[in-house]
Amino acid sequence: MKLGAINYSELTDAQRLAVKYFIVAMALFLAQMLFGVLAAIQFVIPDFLFGVLDFNVNRMVHINAMVVWMLYGFIGSIFWLIEDESGVPLVGQKIANITFWVLTAAVSVVVVVFLFVQSGPGEQMTLWLINEGREYIEAPRWADIGIVLCMLAIFYNVCGTFLKGKWSGISGVLVLDLVALAGLYLAGMFYTTNLPMDQYWWWWVIHLWVEATWEVLVGCIMAWGLIATLGANRRIVTTWLYIEVALMFGSGILGLGHHYFWIGTPEYWLGVGGFFSALEPVPLVAMVVHAIYDAGRHSFQSNNHPALAWLIAHAFGNFLGAGVWGFMQTLPQINLYTHGTQWASSHGHLAFFGAYVTIIVAFIYLAVQKLRGDVWMSGRLPLNGFMWKGSLLLTHVGMIGMTIALLIAGYEQAFVERAQGGSTWAAYFAGQSQPWFIQAMWWRLVFGILMTVGVVMLLWDFLRIGAGETRSKLDVRRHSAPATEQDSSVDAAETQTA
Amino acid sequence: MTSADTSAPWWASEGFWRKCAIFVTAFMALVLIILTFHTLVVIEAGGESGRVPAYSVINHRIGFEFDSDRNHAVPTIGPLVPLFGEVLSEEEAKALVNHGKLTVQARNCMNCHTLLGNGAYYAPDLTKAWLDPGWGNEQARELLMTMFLTDPVANQRTFGTGRTMPNPNLTEDELRGVIAYLKWMSAIDTNGFPNGFKPLPQDGPVFEAEEVVQ
Repeated sequence: MKLGAINYSELTDAQRLAVKYFIVAMALFLAQMLFGVLAAIQFVIPDFLFGVLDFNVNRMVHINAMVVWMLYGFIGSIFWLIEDESGVPLVGQKIANITFWVLTAAVSVVVVVFLFVQSGPGEQMTLWLINEGREYIEAPRWADIGIVLCMLAIFYNVCGTFLKGKWSGISGVLVLDLVALAGLYLAGMFYTTNLPMDQYWWWWVIHLWVEATWEVLVGCIMAWGLIATLGANRRIVTTWLYIEVALMFGSGILGLGHHYFWIGTPEYWLGVGGFFSALEPVPLVAMVVHAIYDAGRHSFQSNNHPALAWLIAHAFGNFLGAGVWGFMQTLPQINLYTHGTQWASSHGHLAFFGAYVTIIVAFIYLAVQKLRGDVWMSGRLPLNGFMWKGSLLLTHVGMIGMTIALLIAGYEQAFVERAQGGSTWAAYFAGQSQPWFIQAMWWRLVFGILMTVGVVMLLWDFLRIGAGETRSKLDVRRHSAPATEQDSSVDAAETQTA
Repeated sequence: MTSADTSAPWWASEGFWRKCAIFVTAFMALVLIILTFHTLVVIEAGGESGRVPAYSVINHRIGFEFDSDRNHAVPTIGPLVPLFGEVLSEEEAKALVNHGKLTVQARNCMNCHTLLGNGAYYAPDLTKAWLDPGWGNEQARELLMTMFLTDPVANQRTFGTGRTMPNPNLTEDELRGVIAYLKWMSAIDTNGFPNGFKPLPQDGPVFEAEEVVQ
């Protein structure tokens, strides 16, 4: 392997496939940012692109690009770690490659139709070919079926590989979680006139994905990541993973009930949903303890600082965004006023970022390191690691700024529109035209642009970090005694010259 | 792995937590499935619980009144005030509401509006759109809704915010369907959501029984 150059041929077939998934994921991440900025502009300048790309189109692309790129990130991560974890080459490599191209072609067609056809007549045909019109799962039915078939193929790859190789705690949880994740998607693939029935099953997909199965999936990826970056003890990591699964599913499955307060479903959901969703932060606290313990146990020594930094960001972001911001409005007594306001938007932004963006970014940094021939990506990088640190800072400042701005807008909306105005249309618009609301929306736009700059820097860093690096990542392992960062990099340089 | 396990106390061992993970997940999933079977019966349209009304509710005046037992407002079903002056059978009403729901999905309304509080936050919630005081009174409502939905750019209801609704270019049937869907939606029992909502005055003429053509 040549250090610092792109060593595509050194990767295994499954890892090369993972790189393809990561590339599409990052392209869609950028698209998510751009359409988010367009929608944010429309909040403050409503005439912007009116009649060309209306808010609903931008917003749909914004959230769908996110869902798809995160799935791509997860799939890429699974393909990246599967051979290491199972000890055998990927089963069904050819099918896996075809699946990638089919899935990517389908996603492209869906995006083009979203942008250029946008909507259709009020008939089943529109739901099958253009747009299903249900938030987060707008993909038309033909694409739904395609997605399920692709997921089955990927499941065959994953399950087949572990069956042929060795099983571990991580792979066992991963495979069972994938079954649940793919199965739940089916709950969103039907039409009914009955709106409460529609939303009941719709939440099975949305909630049981993002607040249960996705969380467990990143738990698996995180577990492998901690072993890979820190050399953490597998038995301890696996035990933690089981604890997290017990707590996550123990709270998250019935926590689903917090979406069933106001959609026509029976009153017992107020109690069930309120109680169990209030417990949802508990596993996230456990994940913070776990990650920080492991990092501290290894004196934060790692051969990949950006990946470790994003893993830590994941632990905190998941706890704050999903845990704290979710808890703030999950009890029915407060949710009665905050449901369907910018509170939800504030929570959604920080939760998806903290729980899922961070972990995928961390994983891609691991992949980039390997791609560059297992180079040193720790201390003393060129420009003192300006690009990765700068992009980490800008994305976080941007996201936290947006979250706070939206939370202020949400407070204002809940008071003015809901508590005072009684939720009429006049009250809605009275809330939206309050100076504090408008200011919050401007700040959201400013921070959104800041974050977009951070994401561009991040993507640039993915392409450049490690280029021309002459030190190997193994140098840090050779000097595994708790030396200072400076010492080990000096040693590393010496090893290189020798 | 097992040898390392023996060094940890039982409550910190891998095996104990693996069992916990399996049992907790299975138990919670089972409870969810049982509750789901119950909920699906309760939320059937026109079911006994009355939480989700039959589609023919669009033949009636819908109210939203405080219920002192439940301590929040609940939808009420009043005398016959049929939509567009036409009493529909349950099948006809369902077909109309269905066309409305399909249209609302096909035009991607949910990525600006919220329905039962779910969706996007760029435009008002539609849960009680049928009862919104902005329509003035019962007699003017159908005409104003029709005008607005036919040309929302010319008949803006943006309350000075400039957030104009793009023209959804509805056909006559789609438009009637959307209004029927909104009327039906306003009769769903949402446990008092949105709290504090006061509907428009509804004291117009009602249908007498003999006017109903069955």
